[in-house]
Amino acid sequence: MPNNEATNTNQTIDRNSVILEMKDITKTFPGVVALSDVNFCLRTGTVHAICGENGAGKSTLIKVLSGVHPTGSYEGEIIVNSEPKVFNSVKDAEEVGIVCIHQELVLVPELTVAENMFLGHQPNHRGVIDRARLFQETQDLLVRLGINKEDAPPDILATDIIGDLSVGKQQLVEIAKALSKDCRILILDEPTSALTESEADVLLDIIRGLRERGISSIYISHKLDEVMEIADDVTIIRDGQYIGTKPKSDIKKSDIIAMMVGRELTNQFPEVDHERGKVRFEIKNYNVYRPGTDRKLIDNISFQARQGEVLGVSGLMGSGRTELFSSICGILPNRSEGEVYLDGELLNIKSPNDAIKNGIYYLTEDRNRYGLVLNMSVLENITLSSLKKVSKAGVLDRDKEVAYSNEYVDKINIKTASNDVKVSTLSGGNRQKVAIAKSLLTDPKVLILDEPTRGIDVGAKYEIYTIIHELVNEGVVVIVISSEMEEILGLSDRILVFSAGRLGGEIDISDASQVEIMKMATGFESDG
Amino acid sequence: MSSKSLGGAGIKAFIKKYAMMLVFVVIVIFFTIMTDGIFLQPRNLSNLFRQMAIIGVLATGMSLVIVSGNIDLSVGTFLGFVSGLASAGMVWWNWRTPAAILLGILVGVVVGFLHGMLIAYLKLPAFITTLGTQFVFRGGLLGVIKGQTVAPLHESFVFIGQGYLARSVGWIIAIVATVLFIISVFNRRKKNKQLGIQSNPIGKDIVKIIAFIVVVFVFVYLMNIYEGIPVPTLILLGLSLLYTFIAEKTTFGRSVYAIGGNSMAAQYAGINVNRVITVVYMLSGALSAVAGLIMAARLNAGSPQSGLFMETDAIASAVIGGISMAGGTGKVYGALFGALLMASLDNGMSMMNVETFWQYIVKGAVLVLAVLFDIQSKSKK
Ligand SMILES: Nc1ncnc2c1ncn2[C@@H]1O[C@H](COP(=O)(O)OP(=O)(O)OP(=O)(O)O)[C@@H](O)[C@H]1O
Ligand SMILES: [Mg+2]
Repeated sequence: MPNNEATNTNQTIDRNSVILEMKDITKTFPGVVALSDVNFCLRTGTVHAICGENGAGKSTLIKVLSGVHPTGSYEGEIIVNSEPKVFNSVKDAEEVGIVCIHQELVLVPELTVAENMFLGHQPNHRGVIDRARLFQETQDLLVRLGINKEDAPPDILATDIIGDLSVGKQQLVEIAKALSKDCRILILDEPTSALTESEADVLLDIIRGLRERGISSIYISHKLDEVMEIADDVTIIRDGQYIGTKPKSDIKKSDIIAMMVGRELTNQFPEVDHERGKVRFEIKNYNVYRPGTDRKLIDNISFQARQGEVLGVSGLMGSGRTELFSSICGILPNRSEGEVYLDGELLNIKSPNDAIKNGIYYLTEDRNRYGLVLNMSVLENITLSSLKKVSKAGVLDRDKEVAYSNEYVDKINIKTASNDVKVSTLSGGNRQKVAIAKSLLTDPKVLILDEPTRGIDVGAKYEIYTIIHELVNEGVVVIVISSEMEEILGLSDRILVFSAGRLGGEIDISDASQVEIMKMATGFESDG
Repeated sequence: MSSKSLGGAGIKAFIKKYAMMLVFVVIVIFFTIMTDGIFLQPRNLSNLFRQMAIIGVLATGMSLVIVSGNIDLSVGTFLGFVSGLASAGMVWWNWRTPAAILLGILVGVVVGFLHGMLIAYLKLPAFITTLGTQFVFRGGLLGVIKGQTVAPLHESFVFIGQGYLARSVGWIIAIVATVLFIISVFNRRKKNKQLGIQSNPIGKDIVKIIAFIVVVFVFVYLMNIYEGIPVPTLILLGLSLLYTFIAEKTTFGRSVYAIGGNSMAAQYAGINVNRVITVVYMLSGALSAVAGLIMAARLNAGSPQSGLFMETDAIASAVIGGISMAGGTGKVYGALFGALLMASLDNGMSMMNVETFWQYIVKGAVLVLAVLFDIQSKSKK
């Protein structure tokens, strides 16, 4: 483990002592009981996972714990080190060492890593920020955490602008930030949902290192393999109810799922046979350039997508998957060239609007930034891409809007108090479902889904996969970009593997395996 | 314990929601006392509503600009420019009334289009762009009227700023409005039932209807005691109604809110962001032009001073009316309330013979306070 040298607490840790207890927590929002009499008990120096379906109340529970929902806005008690605590703000919770990394990242994208890390408590000299020290301390901290290796060139520079970093790196900065405060209980709400597997591994290593130092963690994730890998205990909540807490050694993944959804879930992926048909969507010699240069971000990519198949797109972070498809759909402003055909017809797409008019819909991987208008209602978001469909001569038809949004809320099980509440009040996974509903309502001919099940629970994933198969059987071309190997293998009929801006390879599902895909993604073999 | 603090939060939320109403009530009481009740007399109220019309039309146009996440600092001097242009046209160049009106509005639309080109397509910051055009229009006004007061204007033109509706017409409007309101409330209930949505309790709707009737009939009654409903007030109400419809019932309006809420998401969703913003500026330009025409008609002249600093009134009215500077939220008709408050300040202070410099100070402070309040209520969420 890389961070053993960072260990500075030598006394033994009593992992059976209780550091934190939450008792009978009940929290209601208008129209929703988010938590009802939930109990939670964290042992010192352990990793405690919380599992539950989308909207079960996981994030709400840790918001109660971290002071986002202050004392008085809920019922119940929080006891830290046998002392009842009152948290009126996030600061109060941080004072007793409870630091939370929220599901929806809150770094300031325009500032540097160092500035974000020390936001509000920068090292200063009579109010003038000491920049040299700011950057030095940041650099040290990144090394101490094992994010940067001492002897290798650093992965993340203190001077990097946050907005330029990948989501995975941003996540690591969040953690470093949390640890720059005096942290004894670290809370991570779906920290790996936007990470690649190797990035997730780095993160899990860091959490293990913290555990060694006696820091306790609360870990929320829909990736149950990770949970099984890292957790000491698992607490399950369902529909705001406390279901139970089990030591990891006593349970299997399937037990967690059963407790989460209240029934057995036999398959993770629906078994469907597709009938492969004619080519509908084709990309020829597509290039995308870096802004202001002649260097290529995407280098001469061509591929075809057929009717009746799910085309999976795999590749490492930064391999250009998102860039290619967002460029094709007129979103990426970079200079590009190449041909896009739909049903044999050459298209000229200059904006997302053109793409959608032509029946090509790209669903972004970053729902909060690009996918949703958070202060608009569920209904307004679902119909946002289909305003023509729900209006007549430019005048909205409320009946249609209600009918369509109800249809999708039912179909993909969006958990919301009503259609008219703001999307910002929905849980992370349910927000994602709203974004998916929006894309489906456009009746696309080509649907490009970028990380569609990010932050979605196992049961709901199955439902979304089912919908994808239905669309395919109706003749829609569905392209799924995913960093989850399991998802790629379980869902696709054919897989494109991107490698550093090129097509590293293409493989039929019958020949595909994780090893094979990784080879193509890292560029062994396929260089010839 | 928790229920108690929840109650506290409830009161706080209530005060927050109605703070501007309370401020307004305080202002009215203050002016009423200071003017020995003259402030509330029908004659003055009629005057107040006419004053409000110009600010209100301007603020209504501004409202969607702010909702879209932009700003327009040029509306005041542009209003002045149009009033000068129309006056000069009628006095010096023999424009008839309809020509003056149509040309004025056309200039507004064209100017809005240019603003849209600069701000939406060329990506210039709205703040700086309209700060610049503010000066352009100021210069334009002085140029077109050669720095003089241009008067008098056609009688038919003056009617849109100074005219009154016959009393009987006022009553007819009140009755028609009431009937339409009742029909729409019951239609909504019927629709909800069909769609399976919970309607308001019937009692609440009836209270709403009664409140509507009281407000409308008291308003018409008071106006009729004096000379009748002022024409500019009617224009304001009509435009506000139309704008509310555009904002809430059309795909265009929905797009404006989406852009203000998250312009990237709106673009990804397939909304033509640049075009929508351009149209917003064109509409706002048209409304500023209408305000300018009313201004000229009310003064029966084109004056070098007209419209000066009125962007302050417009922005303050919109923000006081609940339209957040952050973009994406607020009701267009809220600007009416804001305009009423700003017009009351103008009217009350001049009746009290407050010196001009104090009037500027007070209005500037009100703008800053309104924005402060807007930001506060955002961050406390
Ligand atoms: N600010 C809020 N206002 C109203 N309702 C809310 C608010 N925050 C959360 N809720 C509701 O509380 C419930 C629990 O939400 P929470 O975010 O805790 O779910 P979650 O378990 O974290 O789900 P996910 O896995 O999707 O992140 C949901 O029904 C959600 O809509
Ligand atoms: Mg959550």
